Amino acid sequence: MRHTACLLVLVFFLLPACREGRHESSHFPGEVPYSFPEPDLSHIGPPEMEMFPCSDCHDPETADPERRQLEMAHEDIVLEHDEEHRWCLDCHDLENRDMLHLASGELIPFEKSYRLCGQCHGDKYRDWKAGVHGRRTGHWDDPEQQQYLLCANCHSPHSPAFKPIQPKPVPHAPEVTK
Amino acid sequence: MSQTATTRRDFLCVVAGCAAAATAAGCSDLTHTRWFRSRFIELSPDQKERILAELLEENRKKFPPDKQDQVVLSGKDALPGVEFGYALDISRCVGCRRCVYACVDENNQSRDPQIHWIRVLEMDKERGIDFAHANPYYDTDQVPREDHFYLPVACQQCRNAPCVKSCPVGATWHEEDGIVVVDYDWCIGCRCCMAACPYGARHFNWAEPNVPAEDLNPNLHYLGNRPRPKGVVEKCTFCIQRTRNGRYPACVEICPVGARKFGNLLDPNSEVRYVIEHKRVYVLKAELNTRPRFYYFYGV
Repeated sequence: MRHTACLLVLVFFLLPACREGRHESSHFPGEVPYSFPEPDLSHIGPPEMEMFPCSDCHDPETADPERRQLEMAHEDIVLEHDEEHRWCLDCHDLENRDMLHLASGELIPFEKSYRLCGQCHGDKYRDWKAGVHGRRTGHWDDPEQQQYLLCANCHSPHSPAFKPIQPKPVPHAPEVTK
Repeated sequence: MSQTATTRRDFLCVVAGCAAAATAAGCSDLTHTRWFRSRFIELSPDQKERILAELLEENRKKFPPDKQDQVVLSGKDALPGVEFGYALDISRCVGCRRCVYACVDENNQSRDPQIHWIRVLEMDKERGIDFAHANPYYDTDQVPREDHFYLPVACQQCRNAPCVKSCPVGATWHEEDGIVVVDYDWCIGCRCCMAACPYGARHFNWAEPNVPAEDLNPNLHYLGNRPRPKGVVEKCTFCIQRTRNGRYPACVEICPVGARKFGNLLDPNSEVRYVIEHKRVYVLKAELNTRPRFYYFYGV
């Protein structure tokens, strides 16, 4: 009986402690930090928006917050982005149409749309800040001379999955393998 | 008897000496330097400078007249404290072959006969990574094809490179920053390295390389993309002419899905280090102990 009790003590208290200890020791000096500061994005903007500013047409006074099939404008936008649960005003702000809003209600400009995407896609956001998700061009040795892209430069926010593309020509096969 | 032998040796020495002197005198300075020099890695800075200047003049003529001023031939050494590494996200690659042709343009590869330093393999998702069933000649209107994934393969820049060990004349070696390079003026074209490389990453110029003059990239490096002669082996150099000046390789910049990552393995904040420390990473044919500097990873 006493042995069983000892064993239980071991299992419940000592083993988690051991695991914690091992976890601690895996942090060695010089380890790559897992979170990066936001890169300097002052020089890039979101993709060209034909009809910006939106407030030219949208008037908060006459805005209709009801979820519906769009008929008067933007019919070309097909939402393929968790469309069962989402619609325009989850990201676009009803009161200030030239801004987006986070889940917290905080307004953000289109240039900072990546913060909006990062609310759900946190793992991609983290990798993107480290330069691992998405394309970087410029200099590998100097972050100041690197060009970043925003999420919306590659993924249409309304239909973010990558569309198939045409590949470049097939390489010439040696005759023996033809 | 010994008297006779000595005389004959002296005689032969004199004849050989005269022949060498006559050949040298009859040739231009360029040929002289080209034939009576060591491998690029053994040259003194002075000698390098002279040879680069001579080769620059020779290569300039291959460019259209209006582009000749832009031609630069660098012999820049490795940057201190740098060891290059590469990471490729195979969960993202769509097999579009943009990298293949960006590489051809950047590195002056022969167009016909065709030389591609990067080969994109199409594989069945069901089989996983299986070289025996990989297809580099997939022909389709749209990629990615359903149930397939893509694995681009170029030089893996091995730390324990079979190609370097197999070269009988030392025409290929590891640079300080980890790039395996070829001295095209030292290669004898025996193709031992091609037989030794388990990745098919080395390519032989069976004919005179053929690049339209107007398509030649004028930013040249001696150990990289300078126009090659017929009969030598060539391979990926991590775009040595770009990366030693801080730029990303051409394939990294062209990739439409951002699957290609490049940087300094010795810098804990570099993108490649982040990948190695936080992603599921593996190397091709690890069982051969070639220890590549090229890593494949699953970014998703």
